[in-house]
Amino acid sequence: MDERIILRNTEDPHNASIAGYMAYGGYKALEQAVGEMTPRDIIDEIKSSGLRGRGGAGFPTGMKWQFASLDPKFPKYLVCNADEGEPGTFKDRPILEHNPHLLIEGMIISAYALQSTRGYIYLRGEYPHAKRILERAIEEALASGYLGNDILSKHFRFNLTVHSGAGAYICGEETALLDSLEGRRGLPRLKPPFPVNSGLWGKPTIVNNVETFANIPYIVSQGAKAYASIGVKDCPGPKLFSVSGRVNKPGVYELPMGISLREIIYTHCGGIKGGGALKGVIPGGISTPIIAPENIDCPMDFVHLPKYGSMLGSGAVMVFDDTVCIVRVYERAMKFFEHESCGKCTPCREGTAWMRAILGRIERGDASERDLETLQDVAENVTGKTFCPLGDGAAGVLLAAMKTYREEFEYHIKNKRCKVQ
Amino acid sequence: MTQVTAERLKILRGKIYELMELYPSYQAALLPSFFAAEEIFGFISPEAIGEISNVTGVPAAEIRGVASFYAMYKTKPMGRHIIQLCTNVSCMIEGAYSLVEYLKEKYGLTPGGTTPDGRFSLVIMECIGACGTAPAMILDTDSYENLTKDRLDTLLESYK
Ligand code: SF4
Ligand code: FES
Repeated sequence: MDERIILRNTEDPHNASIAGYMAYGGYKALEQAVGEMTPRDIIDEIKSSGLRGRGGAGFPTGMKWQFASLDPKFPKYLVCNADEGEPGTFKDRPILEHNPHLLIEGMIISAYALQSTRGYIYLRGEYPHAKRILERAIEEALASGYLGNDILSKHFRFNLTVHSGAGAYICGEETALLDSLEGRRGLPRLKPPFPVNSGLWGKPTIVNNVETFANIPYIVSQGAKAYASIGVKDCPGPKLFSVSGRVNKPGVYELPMGISLREIIYTHCGGIKGGGALKGVIPGGISTPIIAPENIDCPMDFVHLPKYGSMLGSGAVMVFDDTVCIVRVYERAMKFFEHESCGKCTPCREGTAWMRAILGRIERGDASERDLETLQDVAENVTGKTFCPLGDGAAGVLLAAMKTYREEFEYHIKNKRCKVQ
Repeated sequence: MTQVTAERLKILRGKIYELMELYPSYQAALLPSFFAAEEIFGFISPEAIGEISNVTGVPAAEIRGVASFYAMYKTKPMGRHIIQLCTNVSCMIEGAYSLVEYLKEKYGLTPGGTTPDGRFSLVIMECIGACGTAPAMILDTDSYENLTKDRLDTLLESYK
């Protein structure tokens, strides 16, 4: 893919201002949408584009929109999930910091399609810089008549507010995010009802990821067909991958869906730092199961990765070479899950703490064979028994690592030290 | 830490009223009000909680419960500058823990602690979205990436 859609012009600092953005044709898609299309037309176009939500679950966006648009309750809320808290994930940051108007334009078009009058960008507290940029961009859009009470003099009304989170990973889960936005502790809600029918303050609410909204202007202006020609069948479009760890050129890359891990690592990221051997790759953020080096030809999309025992998640590729201790990685990861467990359900609250404690013993060289069995047992018992995906994910990624890197865990126990140091 | 005065409480009150207009429920103004309280007092002081409760009508106990749920809120007085250092996996494999060690050696600064002169507090963070340029930290509201001991040293010297 030569032409970038989401990260287009992001190397130009003027692109963050409305004048710079418009010089590249920005807000044309909005004018086209509001001027020539009905809300129904837009939803149909998004549906036929095949766009899937870029937050992690990969649910078809057009379908979600249709559910919400059929609900007669009013008002309808539009929420942008900009809480990317999954360790390894920083893909939305270049949009927020260097292409804020693309996000805003995507949200305004979505609001028009969904007949929503009120929108919120739930931004993670860790991005204070992005908050300043977004707020300025919103001011500019208001002043230019793209936001406010009479958008483009079409009696279409939409107002947008940036709302900062405060360092709770669970608020990336959409129902916990809604609780947090309502001013409460961010605890996941029981589903159904789904937010599309009963979200913020009990009203129909669409929650989409930053990257999802960033695709909307292109689909509207270039058409569903052009969009669907990028990527792979069932998972069309471009995808942002945030690559970190032991590669020569970490960063955020916009590449077609379905590209292989091998290409990402060796073609785009310049291979392994220091020329070492690849040991494993986490393909979609810390809560997606690790992939062994022999499987790095797997296509990166929502459909293929599950066949390799993993998931696309947020597209956060974390690369480990042979200097990295897998036990240490998962001990640190479990510390994270323990810290971020919201405490609502017992298997997750207690299980993550227990698994972290055992992993700590193994890492320090204080563990026995029995501990490894207990660890396996606890993880298996947490799996499938938690209220939301956090606890399940924590156990799942550990089980995958223990299966693929079993001898490393055993080495720690037997030799009371790490294999790589 | 900034002293709590009637004047400052009035500023907070005005801010909360402004925030309440952005949402259909008063309670939704809590999280942004906490940030406002921190900006005015350096932390969410008991007086600020009282004021937020008066204006929004949310009971003080619930307000404390909400504030304590979120990792980033300062519910106690902190140093003048806050170092929020990430030690999650990507930062860890690029050496974040050696920076934690270094802060301890050089400044006597331990996770969750404050230097005796009140200049810095250290908070260990989960991922702050800078994994590609690890290790990384947020210092007050600025992000710094690709940290080394030397760079950390020079940086901290510019925060008096
Ligand atoms: S699985 Fe964990 S994070 Fe999710 S609801 Fe249960 S305790 Fe909370
Ligand atoms: S792991 Fe440290 S910023 Fe993401």
